[in-house]
Amino acid sequence: MFPSRFDLVVAQTVAEAVEAKVDAGEGGRFLAGGQSLIPMMKMRVAFPETLIDINRIGGLDAIERSNGHLQVGALVRHADVVASDSTFGAIAAAAPWVADPLVRNRGTMCGSVAHCDPEGDWNSVLLATGAEVIAHGPGGERSISIADFVDGAFTSTLGEDELVVGLRIPVPSGRSGGAYLKLERKIGDYATVAVASHLELDDSGGISTAGLALTSVNPINTKVADAEALLVGQQPSDELFAEAAELAAAAAEPRDDVRGTAAWKRQVVRTYTKRGLAAAAQQAEGS
Amino acid sequence: MEVNITINGSEHASDVEPRTLLVDHIRRTVGLTGTHVGCDTTSCGACTVLMDGKPVKACTVLAAQADGSEVTTVEGLKGADGLHPVQQAFTDDHGLQCGFCTPGMMLVGASLIAENPDPSDDDVRWAISGNLCRCTGYINIVKAIRTAAARVAESSNGS
Amino acid sequence: MAAPTTPAEIGGIGHSVQRKEDARLIEGQGNFLDDIDLPSTLHMAILRSPLAHARINGIDSEAAMALDGVLAVVTGDLMDQHGLAWMPTLSGDTQAVLATDKVRYQGQEVAAVIATDPYIATDALELIEVDYEDLPPITTPQQSLEEGAALIRDEKEGQTDNLAYTWETGDKGATEEAFAQADRVVTLETHYPRSHPAPLETCGIVADVNSVTGQATIYMTSQAPHAHRTLFAMVAGLPEQNIRIVSPDIGGGFGNKVPIYPGYVVATAASLLIGQPVKWVESRTENLISTGFARDYYMKGELAVTDEGRILGLRVNMLSDQGAFYSDAQPTQFRAGLFHVVTGSYDFPAAHIDCKGAFTNKAPGGVAYRCSFRITEASYLIERLVQNAAYEVGIDPAEMRLRNFIQPEQFPYETATGFVYDSGDYPTALRTALDEVGYEDLRREQAEARAEGRLIGIGIAHFTEAVGAGPSRTYDIAGLKMIDSAELRVHPTGKAILKLGVKTQGQGHETTFAQIVAEVLGIPAIDIKVEHGDTDHTPYGLGTYASRSTPVGGAATAVVARKLADKSKKIAAHLLEAADEDIELASGVFSVAGSPDRSVTIQDVALAAYTNLPEGMEYGLEDVTYYDPPNLTYPYGSYIVVVEVDPDTGVWQVQRMVALDDCGVRINPMIVEGQICGGLTEGFAMSAMQWITFDEDGNCIGANFMDYLVPTAWETPKFELLATEVPSPHHPIGAKGVGESATVGSPAAFVNAVIDAVAHLGVRNIDMPVLPDRVWAAIDEAS
Repeated sequence: MFPSRFDLVVAQTVAEAVEAKVDAGEGGRFLAGGQSLIPMMKMRVAFPETLIDINRIGGLDAIERSNGHLQVGALVRHADVVASDSTFGAIAAAAPWVADPLVRNRGTMCGSVAHCDPEGDWNSVLLATGAEVIAHGPGGERSISIADFVDGAFTSTLGEDELVVGLRIPVPSGRSGGAYLKLERKIGDYATVAVASHLELDDSGGISTAGLALTSVNPINTKVADAEALLVGQQPSDELFAEAAELAAAAAEPRDDVRGTAAWKRQVVRTYTKRGLAAAAQQAEGS
Repeated sequence: MEVNITINGSEHASDVEPRTLLVDHIRRTVGLTGTHVGCDTTSCGACTVLMDGKPVKACTVLAAQADGSEVTTVEGLKGADGLHPVQQAFTDDHGLQCGFCTPGMMLVGASLIAENPDPSDDDVRWAISGNLCRCTGYINIVKAIRTAAARVAESSNGS
Repeated sequence: MAAPTTPAEIGGIGHSVQRKEDARLIEGQGNFLDDIDLPSTLHMAILRSPLAHARINGIDSEAAMALDGVLAVVTGDLMDQHGLAWMPTLSGDTQAVLATDKVRYQGQEVAAVIATDPYIATDALELIEVDYEDLPPITTPQQSLEEGAALIRDEKEGQTDNLAYTWETGDKGATEEAFAQADRVVTLETHYPRSHPAPLETCGIVADVNSVTGQATIYMTSQAPHAHRTLFAMVAGLPEQNIRIVSPDIGGGFGNKVPIYPGYVVATAASLLIGQPVKWVESRTENLISTGFARDYYMKGELAVTDEGRILGLRVNMLSDQGAFYSDAQPTQFRAGLFHVVTGSYDFPAAHIDCKGAFTNKAPGGVAYRCSFRITEASYLIERLVQNAAYEVGIDPAEMRLRNFIQPEQFPYETATGFVYDSGDYPTALRTALDEVGYEDLRREQAEARAEGRLIGIGIAHFTEAVGAGPSRTYDIAGLKMIDSAELRVHPTGKAILKLGVKTQGQGHETTFAQIVAEVLGIPAIDIKVEHGDTDHTPYGLGTYASRSTPVGGAATAVVARKLADKSKKIAAHLLEAADEDIELASGVFSVAGSPDRSVTIQDVALAAYTNLPEGMEYGLEDVTYYDPPNLTYPYGSYIVVVEVDPDTGVWQVQRMVALDDCGVRINPMIVEGQICGGLTEGFAMSAMQWITFDEDGNCIGANFMDYLVPTAWETPKFELLATEVPSPHHPIGAKGVGESATVGSPAAFVNAVIDAVAHLGVRNIDMPVLPDRVWAAIDEAS
């Protein structure tokens, strides 16, 4: 299978990329790793008229900690996230389970975030840890909280001509831990169900911050706010996590499909929430 | 558009359509047919090449994106002093049957060994988990890559 | 294992000789179909139906024709003008080449574009407009056979319903009697789901028909090039001497490359009409949605058993989903392949098998995916049934098998459905595997784990295959007897070329068949070139599938080598001035009995064959053998799988997999073990994840490698291999074939292991693939 014809613009700067996008109009798409877009073009479900290749833009390939945040540039590949010493908790846990090793060498974290596939891993992780998406458009740069950014299946609140240039993820200052438990049928598969969990503990061992988000069980990556609220201020315990798991299961509205029944997927959400929170707590307690 | 890609050490300048996939460029324009196509969905890894040293699926990279890159295909694995240790180990350990996935598997193996001189069984299984094989059950592929790693380590210790 | 009789430098039977085919493959110098690049080659792309069942009211290809680079758009009407809109299948049905009246499954061929470039051919597909009129799709065989179901094959004269075939075998009366005497009847209803061989290389063709000379050189991913040549001659009316099929390096076949597909016919016709080579290489989606699927059997098995655990009889009702055309690749006499081997490894007197197949709006096929004509389904059913019978009777599943095995002294043993098993020692095989896995300890650990709420399961499968089709009195495909051949030519310097009717797809024939010759004549295996796949240069044969290469082609090779050994002995006698009958041959050295110092080598003899012959002998050292096997061969094995099931999610993990195979004499143990590991992986795949299903509209789910799940190295279990060696008594070198054993035998072992983990809760069946949600639901329902 082969893509249909398109024009290619190789941008050297962010400004050039945005300008090319404005020129291309609705038929324009940014191209970073291309690991989702190119297969869609080959299967002829995506027909961009113009691709704006951002891979040559300098300065977008760093993943580093700065001012209490993990900063991830638009050209940071999933493999760079796996290899980075700067990651933590759920981010470090999720990175190796994104796609497969070869796809991780090309695909970018920011591209995946911008794609807003409800079966994608990163948006759940970022909903759990908190993050800001840095967008650059004709009017300059702005920052969008991840919860506001993720808008629906394959849709974000990104403007028509805006490019995601980076992510800012707050690094916990105290004891913290995270997990990303993903049930996939095989390597390279999307999640059938995945649960991202993130916990920060105060000096007394109580939960000061909690993040919990679900992949593939709703038309959008889902932050389980009521479970997070339940967890904050409590001491970690199996009973508490079981209670949070019930809230997570209730927040999931999966469908029956070839991957499994809705009832079972909800059960996996329940199980993985319990296990994920326990793992996050254990990691936090040991940190 | 003009692209200039260094493939196995030789520069190849050509005029390509923007939509030309790197794998088709390598196979049809450059004429190196050791890189294969086994699927349409970036799933199988038969088209694996090393792009600036890292294994990627050449069916999901535009030739234009590889402009200025160094690409290694299976035809470039062999060095001046003979087969790459991974190639030798694949035949010694019966790491191939039909041979269709083999170029991709060997390139991933070569890149793994370059990063991790002593990969465990699980390290190898993880590294090749973006590449499918239908014949071998992977056991001898894993064995071959580990054999190659051990031989490389042995020869570098000895020198 | 018997020790090799030849030294390593000769590399006869029993040596793990390194593969000769590797040298080109590890350097990227293989020659696969898509690597063939003839001058002026055109490229074909096929437009396929998006609907499962629809009438075609019209096709508008004007816009496609107008696209720069497009030479032709071929439709069913055009093919019909040449009498090629329909073609025969390997099961005596007909199949549409390009649809003329209606489409009968999603993915069916509707039109083809011939263009200068594959990208342009693909572009043109989007410009063809087809006017479809929806018809109700039928997506299950049960639905299909209901009264009043829409007629799928309305074009077929005399066809008034959706029944594709019926077939029965065994003794119904004797079976009823057996059931009347039983203490209990154990029943299992299960679906062996639709699967697909999905070799990593898809199917393809480069058709090069010279319009002046009429010579048709057809490069094709073919497991059976000779049979394909004859079928091309019969279907297309081309003179057979003008057809040359060349099957190049093949990137895996597993049965997928046995049938002739519509794309081959269209590409050949297009090359003939245009006068240029036409290449067509399937996309993965085309491969999965339109070419030969496998399995899709709905089976009900009933075992009559006594309270002591003795099996008295077996009754099976099977309904197969054939898709839109009945196109199983199978021997003519057997409408459900060799499914009647379903009596398995057990000694009981009565069985009755009742089969029927139904047309549905799904892709046709029914290929033997890494199995000998439906043996996989049969082996699965009996091994699942026997385990369930053990639970019902209340004895251990291993003990249940040991009580019912055919005993070594009973061979040759005629089964209740008429197979004559030639040899075997089943109890030794099973006991060896049980010892290796530590069965008693495992059962203890299982009980302890259950007490802690953990679920461990131990699954056994003891399979018997019937491979190497087959004796000409019984076996033919499309009228062609299932013989195979070998031609051996020894050159004056003592090097040889061996030409085969069979064709490797990765099995290593270039190495193992040379080893057979090395064993007999003592010519080093590396000095023997093996040629195969080119019908102009090899003798006739039915090809490689159903594990028949070694049983039939390997036998032919041994026999032809022996013919040359006989002639060589006469030449040696002449050179040594001794009597013919005094010459002994060992490892390439001919010596005189009693005077071992008087000797010549095979190389001396080869030179003499062209230079210095006894009076009256014809020059040369070459011969050909067509081998008609006296019986099938019957490889068997004992497989044991240990799994742990997560009770909260139903996810299961293989802890251990012990596989004992008896494939008789092992020509190259390294290659045999490689075959077994590959087969076990495909068996695991089918048990765990690899299937094709359809939604109620007939949309294929499993149309690419994101939905059709082929395990990676990460999911694939690790295997522990064992062997016993009971040679086939009738095969010239005692080999039985091994390429498919592991795929046949292992699915039942994996599934039995999962069932065993939850059997104490009362679970007796989970259909394949054993998906975690199915396991969890079974636990949930049982508890």
